[in-house]
Amino acid sequence: MADLSVNLCGIDFKNPIIPASGVFGYGREYEEFYDLSELGGIATKGTTAQKRTGNLSPRIAETPFGMLNSVGLQNPGVDHFIAKELPYLLTKNTVILANIAGSTQEECAEVAEKLDATQVHMIELNISCPNVKQGGAAFGTSCAMAEQVVSAVRKATSKPLIVKLSPNVTSITDIAKAVESAGADAVSLINTLLGMRIDVHTRRPVLRNNMGGLSGAAIFPVAVRMVWQTANAVKIPVIGMGGVTSGEDAIELMMAGASAVQVGMAVFTDPYAPVRIVREINQFLDAKQIPAVRDVIGTVQPW
Amino acid sequence: MKYLQGKFPILKKQALARDVYRFWISCQEVAKIAQPGQFVHILPPGFGLRRPISIAGIDPEHGILQIVFVIKHEGTRILSELRQGDELDMIAPLGHGFTLLPEASHVVLVGGGIGVPPMLPLAAYYGEKATAVSGFRSFQQVILQEDLENYGASTICCTEDGSAGAIQGFVTTPLEQLLAEGVDAVFACGSQPMLKAVAELCIKNHTYCEISMEERMACGIGACLGCACKIKNPDTEEIQFLHVCKNGPVFKAEEVIW
Ligand SMILES: Cc1cc2nc3c(=O)[nH]c(=O)nc-3n(C[C@H](O)[C@H](O)[C@H](O)COP(=O)(O)O)c2cc1C
Repeated sequence: MADLSVNLCGIDFKNPIIPASGVFGYGREYEEFYDLSELGGIATKGTTAQKRTGNLSPRIAETPFGMLNSVGLQNPGVDHFIAKELPYLLTKNTVILANIAGSTQEECAEVAEKLDATQVHMIELNISCPNVKQGGAAFGTSCAMAEQVVSAVRKATSKPLIVKLSPNVTSITDIAKAVESAGADAVSLINTLLGMRIDVHTRRPVLRNNMGGLSGAAIFPVAVRMVWQTANAVKIPVIGMGGVTSGEDAIELMMAGASAVQVGMAVFTDPYAPVRIVREINQFLDAKQIPAVRDVIGTVQPW
Repeated sequence: MKYLQGKFPILKKQALARDVYRFWISCQEVAKIAQPGQFVHILPPGFGLRRPISIAGIDPEHGILQIVFVIKHEGTRILSELRQGDELDMIAPLGHGFTLLPEASHVVLVGGGIGVPPMLPLAAYYGEKATAVSGFRSFQQVILQEDLENYGASTICCTEDGSAGAIQGFVTTPLEQLLAEGVDAVFACGSQPMLKAVAELCIKNHTYCEISMEERMACGIGACLGCACKIKNPDTEEIQFLHVCKNGPVFKAEEVIW
């Protein structure tokens, strides 16, 4: 049995696998299948200041080796999260990453401030949301906006702050450096790639929201590339995700430079995916006689 | 245990009509707890997302479930090519099913096309107290009328072109008549326009009605919030996005906002 533990921002994880925000709710539904303490951590559904109802249906479309979603951040709001979901999650003996979002930097800071007063282990700020005060472009698509929102959230909390980056940018390293200088303790990536499908029989987009976020195995090579570039550009730890479906995928992202790995769409295909991936990582390490998963982080030997 | 994931063998396979298949599946644990109106979430081999399919038969004694599905796209086509002895990767049983009313003396089961199969477990429960009204486009699509009758239900079959059944036209024609005679409850599954028409008729007649909704799903268990459906709380008038997989698929007619 290899040592699977990792440490990020001073927080100990028993293993590097974390179900990604939005696919796992607050964990309750997956407890029918396994004990949540088997997970390295859990990234909870994106939480905003107020309750959000989300977009109209259809919100889901399958695509080759992936899917589009336009859930639209449906969530019960941060007060409900803190009162009704977080206390339960904190009893589960796993690291809780509270994923947060907002349509203004003030909203993001407000949510972070409320969470700062709780026992949550880490805050993961999703900057892929549209900034309504600045024309609706996502915070994460401009260095200036990303820097501003991260600075505002940084002031609101002393918890370890992970900034979750959008892949819908020309230079991921510029954004990563901007959020690092604004005070992020870690970055996680990638969020979904903006996509669209059209039903050619009805000439209607498949999603009621027209566009949505692409995730799943289809985006894995993009994730590997962006994690690798980012890990080489910043000093803070990187959490990798995007299309991971197996232990070897997780190892690959770690070799690219990720210190931990989130698993998204794969839990829809196989609800046991996160715990299976932990097992497969262990098998890989044992077979190669690598004593600890930490030993593979950033070990790719580029040409 | 509320639901589980596993691989379960197909015991038997039958073609019911063009592109419509019935599987008998061996799964003791699921058959023991499944309720009418619940669904199974099946992973077609090689795909990333599961397909929700209504349960069309529950035999707890022999540990057998039935499902009936129509080939819509590639995923269901792959499912249709599975053979007896092959295993189905399922999460089941899922969702909130139909209310069983032991006191009811006459209920109507309205099924449209591929919405007929989920009426079978209700027919099994209500037996002779049930009238099953089924609607199809044409005679080629007519399915499961004998199965409904074998459970004791009386059947009224409608086709839009009049090529089969007693009635030419929509299910609402016989339903109006039955509602006028007085029934305790109506349970329905089918296309959205059909469900809307059935719901409106029942509300107008002050008859209790439950409908089974459909939406594109991902997790199937209430975690990802993909399959949203606009629902009104009839008491508080509050409008919420609930989820077909967990809060449904069965909702009360007066709750649904079309
Ligand atoms: C249905 C769904 C909902 C999601 N909701 C959120 C969210 O609320 N906040 C967030 O930061 N990311 C959200 N994501 C993005 C995932 O956390 C993850 O970054 C992305 O899906 C890529 O990983 P994957 O390919 O393993 O799914 C969501 C993804 C899906 C599929």
